[in-house]
Amino acid sequence: MKILVAVKRVIDYNVQIRVKEDGSDVNTDNVKMSTNPPDDNAIEEAVKLKESGKAKEIVAVTVGEEKAQETVRKAIAVGADRGIHVKSDNYIEPLGIAKILKKIVEKEKPDLVFLGKQAIDDDCNQTGQMLAAMLGWPQGTFASKIEHKDKVIEVTREVDEGLETIQINLPAIITCDLRLNEPRFASLPNIMKAKKKPIEQLYAKDLGVDISNRIQQVKVEEPPKRKGGIKVASVAELVSKLKNEAKVI
Amino acid sequence: MSILLIAEHDNANLKVFTLNAITAASKIDQEIHVLVAGNKCENVAKEVALIPLVKKVIHCDSPNYENFLPENLTPLIIKVSESYTHIIAAANTFGKNFMPRVSALLDSSQISDVIKINSSEEFLRPIYAGNAFATVKSNDKKKCITIRPTSFEVASKSGGSSSIEKIEAADIPNISKFIKREQIKSERPELGTARVVISGGRGMQSSDNFKLINAIADKLNAAVGASRAAVDAGYIGNDHQVGQTGKVVVPDLYIAVGISGAIQHLAGMKESKIIVAINKDGEAPIFSIADYGLEADLFEALPQFLDELNKLNTIQK
Repeated sequence: MKILVAVKRVIDYNVQIRVKEDGSDVNTDNVKMSTNPPDDNAIEEAVKLKESGKAKEIVAVTVGEEKAQETVRKAIAVGADRGIHVKSDNYIEPLGIAKILKKIVEKEKPDLVFLGKQAIDDDCNQTGQMLAAMLGWPQGTFASKIEHKDKVIEVTREVDEGLETIQINLPAIITCDLRLNEPRFASLPNIMKAKKKPIEQLYAKDLGVDISNRIQQVKVEEPPKRKGGIKVASVAELVSKLKNEAKVI
Repeated sequence: MSILLIAEHDNANLKVFTLNAITAASKIDQEIHVLVAGNKCENVAKEVALIPLVKKVIHCDSPNYENFLPENLTPLIIKVSESYTHIIAAANTFGKNFMPRVSALLDSSQISDVIKINSSEEFLRPIYAGNAFATVKSNDKKKCITIRPTSFEVASKSGGSSSIEKIEAADIPNISKFIKREQIKSERPELGTARVVISGGRGMQSSDNFKLINAIADKLNAAVGASRAAVDAGYIGNDHQVGQTGKVVVPDLYIAVGISGAIQHLAGMKESKIIVAINKDGEAPIFSIADYGLEADLFEALPQFLDELNKLNTIQK
């Protein structure tokens, strides 16, 4: 079995987000970037399948500016065999990313594609499902457990009411929840070795797909600030305020 | 303009988030048609027909739709979508699952998690887990939109009488199969929809101490939440986690106990109407967003809180 894993470079989840003064976007200058957290789960799951002998090859792919290939390097350091970097200096919406990934899938012919369930920057939660639809493949979204059984894969999904288990035919798309596994850290020797592994570079504009953005970002602003409230002196005062002032109990 | 809204239900009853999505849709246009696809779900179609904001119900009954598999639902929605300008669903795990498939096949760029409708083409949505808000304008002819349910009121469920049109099922690809659903059983309301949420953090010190939280939750008919720190420490299961990587909650009352207020936690609860913080560290960041802060040892404050609540004879459920 061959697995393709899509990874995205985003602002690190520990960084306090700042909006640019002109309200055009979020500030990414001199900000720590890293792999989108659930994408780490996607790589980990692929590596586990390889370790168990079920997968033969893992290809990591990313779309983005020059530095985005760091996420592919990291995937290789953790266990991917090789990488593909589709270069683009501009933001591409999930619809465009899915079209690019479809091209890569058609070329690489993987049996499974793993993605994170959502990117923590634009919070769209779309790319995996869109790619599945474009390919006519089934999807297992928000996966917290997967079990590979020959031509099918059983996926346990995190849904609002609890858990749902489905069975999907291969080839398939899986989008990974943080609960799927515990991503490992790359060892220093593996990080060094990853620097020598090949990363194929392509240009998004050369792939022959319409990646024009359809959504215009009119402005970005800080969320309304909550007014600091008051401190109460005792539990009795707290309950009295909740009952008589806020009227919530 | 006209709107196709996809109803969420369990084949017997309509799920409440559909009513929030209908309110959001009504801010775009009044021509709202609701697709009820399921198996033996006639009662749901009838229920939807009573919603005054709904102009027409499109009812499709087939075993293909019993478990709402997105591979099966998508061809039906595509078939029905032809005459509509907006396709809308709630931004929960139901809507998030199929809407991008629909959007991709319509070659339209989806607008996810909308919290405010500015016009038929301009919307407000949170990005970076609510740490920034983006105003976006869609240039697609057909717009696929998911709505954050908690940002809109629940639409009225009675007084309407729209027509119900029955339609044939669409072809399905036969590539996916439903196996089972395990509901997390709880006497308490669900975290995502509870009117009151009380959450514990690392300050709780042990899973046993969560009984102090549970007692108050029972009294207030509240859902129990937790910070990531409490979940990571193993005090409580991760299905209780509130925050960027857990659930986003917007209750009328949120009580944070022994929670310092890390960015990741605030992202999941700072839109709550009233926030109470109980923490012995007076400098904890949670106090800067709390409407009522109580600087106290939670092991003294929580039993007192329960006593005071017991003294009240009128607690809204």
